[in-house]
Amino acid sequence: MSTTYLRLELLRMFRNRRFFVFSLGFPIVLYYLIAGPNKDNHDLGGSGISAPVYYMVGLVAFGAMTAVLSAGARISAERSTGWNRQLRVTPLTTRDYFRTKVLTGYAAACATIVVMYVAGATLGVRLPARSWIEMTGLILVGLVPFAAGAIAMGHLVPVDSIGPAMGGTTAILAFLGGTWFPITGDGVFATIAKCLPSYWLVQASHVGLGGAAWGRTGWLVVAAWTVALTALAARAYRRDTMRV
Amino acid sequence: MRTVRAGTREAVGGICIDDLAKTFQSPQGPVRAVAGVDLEIAAGETVALLGPNGAGKSTTIEMLLGLTRPDRGTVSVFGRAPESAVDAGEVGAMLQTGSLIRDLSVRELVTMMASLYREPLAVDEALELAGIGPLAGRRTQKLSGGETQRVRFAVAIVADPDLLVLDEPTVAMDVESRRAFWAAMRAFVAREKTVVFATHYLEEADAYADRVVLMAGGHIVADGPPTEIKAMVGSRRIRATLPGADRAVLAALPGVTDVELRGESVVLVCSDSDAALRALLRTSTDARDIEVTGAGLEEAFVQLTHEDRAAEAA
Repeated sequence: MSTTYLRLELLRMFRNRRFFVFSLGFPIVLYYLIAGPNKDNHDLGGSGISAPVYYMVGLVAFGAMTAVLSAGARISAERSTGWNRQLRVTPLTTRDYFRTKVLTGYAAACATIVVMYVAGATLGVRLPARSWIEMTGLILVGLVPFAAGAIAMGHLVPVDSIGPAMGGTTAILAFLGGTWFPITGDGVFATIAKCLPSYWLVQASHVGLGGAAWGRTGWLVVAAWTVALTALAARAYRRDTMRV
Repeated sequence: MRTVRAGTREAVGGICIDDLAKTFQSPQGPVRAVAGVDLEIAAGETVALLGPNGAGKSTTIEMLLGLTRPDRGTVSVFGRAPESAVDAGEVGAMLQTGSLIRDLSVRELVTMMASLYREPLAVDEALELAGIGPLAGRRTQKLSGGETQRVRFAVAIVADPDLLVLDEPTVAMDVESRRAFWAAMRAFVAREKTVVFATHYLEEADAYADRVVLMAGGHIVADGPPTEIKAMVGSRRIRATLPGADRAVLAALPGVTDVELRGESVVLVCSDSDAALRALLRTSTDARDIEVTGAGLEEAFVQLTHEDRAAEAA
């Protein structure tokens, strides 16, 4: 795989102002607005987690989802301008094309994670090194279904509606996943939430409490979404290229 | 089940298109874009696909590049399937539509594309050949239409392909950009490459191709050296006022291929207007208001395809 291709794709993304606004700017501003006034709350909504930690991870989930899904927006844009056809007459394989797009999305997600961790530290978040690492690992794994979903959306949604489609998806998944408030209890709402991949991203904040943050349910849900969205992405891609 | 024809073997070094057909579904019903095209192109040839819009040029090119799957027929590029030739980095293409990706400089973009090939040209060499050295530092979103086309040309040649395919490369270019573009193209072709380009400008086909393949209605209607094609489609018309004209006499004049009578005025469609005019002035001394005009390419196509269909029906 060409590292030059990946390097220049990354360069393109970091030069794009929208990236800074939506993947980095939004989460930070929202974090200080929501967690700032509650920074002394050590048990947010009965979750057992302090507000700064909870919202740090909640907004990491929000920003990283946006970052990874934006890979789909880039695919959609390249389809609409015909750039993907230009790439199809080069030796670049489909696998490497998607790999580059996903890695670019992950790079943006990592930038969000780092920035939010720093923001968290300024509001007094202190965790053992082990917890930071474990939390980051869970978030990166939890983003895998979103990467597959990004490729599927990139091939299903035309470029003029991909912005609202991605924004809407992110907003709903963030809301139902517990980015804005902890989801507790065993009600219908909590049951729905537990079936969503975004919920488990937010649940990565539980690492500091001892014990596994995800448990078997979390791993199963993330795996199921990964399998389903990968199948959808493969189908969307095939349909898209076979049409002609 | 295909039988290998005698001619196929000779074209292993080049391109062999055999009985190619493609029909698209449209809301108005099926559209036969390519309806049985046979074409052999030797390595090192520069071939123009000339034809009006809807002739099937772009669809043929897409099948040549492996972007579109034919309904029928086969394409081989240097003895292999188009996809394999593309994967091997033997093909460079400038497609008809397509803008560039943004947020990169011209040099960065060409570098990105070069990195996808095992043995690309040096980026500076590609920029120079395409005549865009001075634009190297410019962001791709800040280029004019003509500049964008030349960057797309650089992207196509940086592969150092053995086969270069260009689909209406100069469309939407002004005269000056067009000239600069063909100068660049000529510099690249001098490297003994095989080139296939589509155009609907007769002058471009005439000036830059070794061979012109004329397409209309999904068929090849003529195939030959530019001079020959030019004589066919570049026919002229002589218009004159000639009371009491005799169709048979006029049709028998040298260089005349067709006669139209409209009241007192006659129109002679000519393959050789010089000979026809001399003969007309000699035989019909009362002809006046004489006008010689070049027939439009579109008109020539209509006529040629008409003949083609008549031959098919017969």
